[in-house]
Amino acid sequence: MSLLQDTRLHAKPPATAAQRPALAWAEFDNPAAWAVAVILLIMPLIANGFFLIEIFGTTLILGIIALSLMFLAGYGGMVSLMQLTIAGFAGYMVAVFGVSGSANISLSWPWWLATPMALALATAFGTFGGALAVRTEGIYTIMITLAIGAAFYYFTNQNWAIFNGHTGINTIATPHFWGVDWRSDIPFYYVILGTAALCYFAVLYISRAPFGLALQGVRDNPRRMAALGFNVNAHRVAAYAFASFVAALGGVLQVWNYHQISPGSIAVERCIDILIIAMVGGITRPIGAFIGAFIFVILRTFALDFLVHVGLDGNRFRLLIGIGFLVIVFWSSDGVVGLWERWRRSLAGADSRSRGGGHG
Amino acid sequence: MSRFIERHPAWALIILIAVAVLLWLIFAVWPPGLEEAIGRKKVFLNAVFNGITLGGLYFLVASGFTLIFGLMRNVNLAHGSLYLFGGYVGYAISSWTGSWILSFIIAFIAVALVGIILQLVVFRRMEGQDLRQTMVTLGLSIVFADLMLWAFGGDFYQIQTPSWLIGPIELPFVTAVKSSGEAVYLQYPLVRLVIFAASVVIGIVMWLALNRTRVGMMVRAGVDDRDILAATGIYIQIVFVVIFALGAGLAGIAGVVGGTFQSLSPGEDTRFLLASLVVVIVGGMGSIPGAALGALIIGLAEQLGSVYIPTYAIVVTFLIMVLVLALRPQGLLARR
Repeated sequence: MSLLQDTRLHAKPPATAAQRPALAWAEFDNPAAWAVAVILLIMPLIANGFFLIEIFGTTLILGIIALSLMFLAGYGGMVSLMQLTIAGFAGYMVAVFGVSGSANISLSWPWWLATPMALALATAFGTFGGALAVRTEGIYTIMITLAIGAAFYYFTNQNWAIFNGHTGINTIATPHFWGVDWRSDIPFYYVILGTAALCYFAVLYISRAPFGLALQGVRDNPRRMAALGFNVNAHRVAAYAFASFVAALGGVLQVWNYHQISPGSIAVERCIDILIIAMVGGITRPIGAFIGAFIFVILRTFALDFLVHVGLDGNRFRLLIGIGFLVIVFWSSDGVVGLWERWRRSLAGADSRSRGGGHG
Repeated sequence: MSRFIERHPAWALIILIAVAVLLWLIFAVWPPGLEEAIGRKKVFLNAVFNGITLGGLYFLVASGFTLIFGLMRNVNLAHGSLYLFGGYVGYAISSWTGSWILSFIIAFIAVALVGIILQLVVFRRMEGQDLRQTMVTLGLSIVFADLMLWAFGGDFYQIQTPSWLIGPIELPFVTAVKSSGEAVYLQYPLVRLVIFAASVVIGIVMWLALNRTRVGMMVRAGVDDRDILAATGIYIQIVFVVIFALGAGLAGIAGVVGGTFQSLSPGEDTRFLLASLVVVIVGGMGSIPGAALGALIIGLAEQLGSVYIPTYAIVVTFLIMVLVLALRPQGLLARR
């Protein structure tokens, strides 16, 4: 079942990682990475409230959710369309267990109890979905996870007892302790940034840890890994569990960001958006998820003005996204990261040729 | 059939008992205790008939999906968009000419043409790259959804039922017995029955075409082993185009059907994509009889669920999918 090999969708093969052990951490030698890190850290000095949360905060949150998909697809070879559903489930659980405007539904637990509960339940939900999805392979995973996502969307729409139907749950309380309102712009930005950094480095670490290497082995050749004594399905389910936790973190941040959650925020289109983000950014590197999220958020925020400015109908934002996605899928299966790497390689190639270097 | 009973006697018994109970519930006059427990028989019969006719509609959508998947390994996630496009075309034709039958023909042709174009321009270039094809269909579904929203707006449309099909018909199923001893029979909309009969006919024709004709033989051979079929000298691209056109056209017809007894609006594409996904997961991917069985099960589960446990109806559908995946991951009627 080399479905993914055909599309060259998987991340750096483990062989390369073995040759250059410091590959994943190589970004630390890269001045550009340091510059980005510093800019992100001092962002509150540069950007005002709107840009800070609406652009960078949202980018990082969507990036976290897309990162969970990138982890599954890039290292595990499983394209899961239910990552946003898991995030939404975590968001709903925060609303149900925590404090919100719907007093008849919310249990009004304090945030430090409600949030771990939401994370645990969402992880369990995602792991269960993963355990279902790993019963089939490759292309079927998309179908099953899409079916799970869509079913959950319709369920939240129908169910009034827990999910409050299509109105959703509003005015959800956010943490407030040590005299700090953690939802006010600057603290919240650092909460998001911290979580995003944690998830990013956790994914980088796992990709090089024995578990991550085994997972990549399972992706490349499940049969051989099984013959070597690895439990293929257990690795896959464990990957789902980890990715679900990451997605759940994103979901909790998202519900704190908007103060509300409704079926609209977990609709099938939103689930597909996450896939688009991961694909556009590039599914082979963890950083791709955040790059994709940044492009997506910029487009979503400014496409309307831009389209109106050039004399087109501003409502055609999704058309733009869809066509952009098609273009990426058609010409670069590696997304923007892939384009960037290809460009650098061609530069390096031109460089070595002009110097007369024969190898490369 | 007999082999199935030999191999799984317990399952065969359970299925037999379930079918017997269902038949008894449909045909018998309900004793008063049962009516008190689960409500009136009329409600139940209506739900069963709605479920079966909805299953017919699901079958029309899912059979095209499963046909395309079975032969080309192409999970066409734009199938829901083809359904909705067919519905809109049918609506435009029927409100322009007033002919219901014509709207079916035009919708079939229009959507089949879209399918042919997709196969020739898009999917042929990425043959064998399943995942990439799926991504492309996903992108296409976004583009199509937005284009249709642009063209038709967010309104609800309903295709006019022709006058000769309007109105209920009395069916020979007793729903209740009056105190005078007179039996009350079930009244059911004729149009739904006609559409269901049509989908059964389409299903049988498709089965015959697949199992009794030369083209069907090619298709079946292609499902089993595409490369060997190509190696025997059959120009497989033609077969692909024909099947894609047929599968897309069926989605178009289903769109007209759905527009007649439900309504058309943005979002219906996702609903029917989900329905066809669940139907083929339950029934078995690439199998026409599987699509029929899956459509029947899902249609019944959805309608009975929405009558008896309204806020958890979708969970029933989902649980069926989970159960099938847990017990028989390849689907109920798949061969592998």
